[in-house]
Amino acid sequence: MKLEINGEMRELDAEPEMPLLWALRDVLGMTGTKYGCGIAQCGACSVLVDGVVTRSCVTPVGSLEGSKVSTIEAMEQDAVGQKVVEAWVKHQVPQCGYCQSGQVMAAVSLLKENAAPSEEDVRASMQNLCRCGTYNAIHAALSDLAGQENA
Amino acid sequence: MMARIFLDGPANGSGDERFAAPAKPVNLSRRRFLLGSAGVATGALVLGFGIPVGPARAQGPAAPAPKALDVPAFLEIRPDNTVRFLSPFMEGGQGAFTAMAQIVGEELDMDPAVFEVEAAPAGKVFQVMFGGTMRITGGSMSVRTSYDTMRRLGASARAMLVSAAAQRLGVGADTLTTEPGKVIHAASGRSLSYGELAEGALDMGVPEAGRISLKDPKDFRWIGKPVARIDMHAKSTGQAMYAIDSQVENMLQAAVQHAPRLGLQPGAIRNEAAVKAMPGVHSVHTLDGAVAVVAPYWWHARQAVDALDVDWQDPGESEDVRYMPADFATDAFTQHLSSQTGRGEEAETAGDSAAAFASAAKVVEGEFTSQYLHHAQLEPPSTLARFNDDGSLDLWMPNQGPEIFQAAIAAKTGLAPEKINIHSPLLGGFFGRHFQYTWGNPYPHAIALAKATGRPVKVIWSREEEFLRDPMRPMAVVKFKGALDADGWPVGLDVVSVCEGPGEGIANKRGEKLDESALEGITAKSYAIPNRRIAQLFVKNPTTLAYWRSVGNSMNDFFYESFLDEMADAGGKDPYALRLKLLEGNERLTTLLNAAVELSGGWKRGPFTAADGTRRARGIAMASPFGSEAAAVAEVSIQDGQVVVHDVWEAIDPGSIVNPAIVEAQVNSAVALGLSQVLVEGAEYEAGMPVARNFDVYQILRPEQMAKVHVKIVESGAEMGGIGEPPLPAIPPAVANAVSVLTGKRVRVMPLSKESFEA
Ligand code: FES
Ligand code: FES
Repeated sequence: MKLEINGEMRELDAEPEMPLLWALRDVLGMTGTKYGCGIAQCGACSVLVDGVVTRSCVTPVGSLEGSKVSTIEAMEQDAVGQKVVEAWVKHQVPQCGYCQSGQVMAAVSLLKENAAPSEEDVRASMQNLCRCGTYNAIHAALSDLAGQENA
Repeated sequence: MMARIFLDGPANGSGDERFAAPAKPVNLSRRRFLLGSAGVATGALVLGFGIPVGPARAQGPAAPAPKALDVPAFLEIRPDNTVRFLSPFMEGGQGAFTAMAQIVGEELDMDPAVFEVEAAPAGKVFQVMFGGTMRITGGSMSVRTSYDTMRRLGASARAMLVSAAAQRLGVGADTLTTEPGKVIHAASGRSLSYGELAEGALDMGVPEAGRISLKDPKDFRWIGKPVARIDMHAKSTGQAMYAIDSQVENMLQAAVQHAPRLGLQPGAIRNEAAVKAMPGVHSVHTLDGAVAVVAPYWWHARQAVDALDVDWQDPGESEDVRYMPADFATDAFTQHLSSQTGRGEEAETAGDSAAAFASAAKVVEGEFTSQYLHHAQLEPPSTLARFNDDGSLDLWMPNQGPEIFQAAIAAKTGLAPEKINIHSPLLGGFFGRHFQYTWGNPYPHAIALAKATGRPVKVIWSREEEFLRDPMRPMAVVKFKGALDADGWPVGLDVVSVCEGPGEGIANKRGEKLDESALEGITAKSYAIPNRRIAQLFVKNPTTLAYWRSVGNSMNDFFYESFLDEMADAGGKDPYALRLKLLEGNERLTTLLNAAVELSGGWKRGPFTAADGTRRARGIAMASPFGSEAAAVAEVSIQDGQVVVHDVWEAIDPGSIVNPAIVEAQVNSAVALGLSQVLVEGAEYEAGMPVARNFDVYQILRPEQMAKVHVKIVESGAEMGGIGEPPLPAIPPAVANAVSVLTGKRVRVMPLSKESFEA
């Protein structure tokens, strides 16, 4: 099958049931997207499907024909993605970093929909788990980004 | 000639006496070969260092006689004026790589930002702790045990670069100074970059120990400053590589199904043929206590292994395994611990506690319970194993101590240790998870499967298999009795902790001495309670146990500091005033406690009504883990019967620090884990099986449950303590004490989510 990933049509040698997470990691060798739980609980595997944050561990590739998939690997080529990465570095968000691909994707999705999210919006949208407890830093980075928009 | 230095010296003493004259370089050709094979750029300045570390700590092994070390650690200065540094300590979010770059960079006079840091392989030379005897990433020890050594290393490299510049410019070394990354001859206005000098520096003699001078701390450019962590961009763009991301040519992947209970062994696989025919399957294997499926893609292996129908055999209990009985349940086990009436073995006594209780005006009693906890690091464990044609074995695995694994694998495989190459990618969280645990690491599976298939194999434990074999933070039932005098002040304390310590659990037997980590946080308190008897009543657990962030302190401070508040209440004392009284004359802790209270805007216990109309209260607690001191205040309210923690103010005194921004991040991280433990976490068993196998049932702190965290760093100048673990233990009791004030109901069981509260 064919799948559009980060703006490129990729030939994918995988059956339709294979979750996008494993197609990315194993078939395409793109390891930026992480496995944490496999059952849509943690968010480490978050990617964008047509601009909307999606948990790739429970998304069969067969459901994605005709959709545009964006992953962490392409975020610096995306206008919003680049801002988010810059804010993440500025606020020194990551600790172990393992959840952060997913956190960045969730933040990009939020900002694409709402360039200046309120604290409540951030709370409602940023639901990925972080065992290292970077939640306050994530909020600081996002309120900085929202503030830039308001200014 | 390639330069190298050996800084050998007695492991005792302080300051410069610690460094005897350097030994002669030996075996240079071998060294050149080793470094060449490790990919060092030609012309790089390579410094090996024999490890002159500080006095062995009381709990460290005795320092060995000084010796020159064969395979050096190294620092590579490249022609492009960047640095590659091999860190003895792993990076798992705690900022170790950045701290190393800061310390070495400070004395080298090189911006930490141009450092590229990787984890060092297994090797004697990287054992920089306790007189060069060991190296682990744990116990919050990375920076404090290597601080002096790393400064020496940077200073030595700088001295060699200066000598090279002196020769190149034809001037005296004493006319030269350095600026970050370059040597400057002020008189002539000339300068040379380190990159330009690195090759010439190779021909410089190694400076004698006496010629290496360290900077005056007042001139520090980077140490003590909030230097940016060096791995932020890689970790924000998916480029950071963890063990689970390892790939090598021709690699297969494997998923396992563990025996449902430890001690069971696989018998016949009833549907093997059908599973072999599933898509993508390469082969099906029977392992010690598990079955596995190998496939080019992990998802295929996982689908297939889950489908295996195995006839698990129960050979019954034996000495060799930590057997999990079919009827084990945490509820019943808690009852069992609680029903113990023994007095246990004494870990600490002082004064005459029997007499203190006999003459007490009032006796307070309380029984407390903690829970098993998973590490729940977000990266599931994995290991990639590859046997090479020359008989060596490469392993990519999450680990907190490469030499420990190298030795264990050598014993298991019969390979010589030097044939076993341990690669240590970044850790996707660790918290104690990645030590050697007999039944808790995936490397035996990876090695067995690589052998069986003749190809490199990467094993990933699914989250479900991880929660089945993750060794856990021990639980305990602890019985407290306090004696108060006629004025209501505590004068006697009697504690029996019914538990098995993590060390005892890992060894699967009791040692000759008590497991110190079983009672740490209840013992060795600074509070002046003159009569004490603190004991452990050992009860073996069937579960596997482990170190968990802040180890025994993680629960013991919850017990102790909560009970301290109970004694305060019973004696009619304010808990802040009580602590100040019990710490009278202890300037360091009094200052710290006051700092936490000041940070919170002054002591305000409550209950009170906050601006948003919620009823709130505050609790206070302290802890002294891993060489540092901590004091915390927490503010809580109740919402829908559950505890909400709004703010945590924490003051921490690690003596002195390297990076305040990292300290602040670590306090946030430890607060999150402390809140997680006290509010929501707990691993439970029923019928010999964990109830939760994934994050749908096993709760960890969610984003909306995080408190605002305010940090005050106090640098008392005391001996440097740890940072990764120390901020944790004061959090659960600060929260529990606040909840007790708010609800009028003492909290004695974690997690609080088991109960419903009313403000
Ligand atoms: S791996 Fe997909 S949500 Fe956890
Ligand atoms: S940074 Fe480690 S899990 Fe989020």
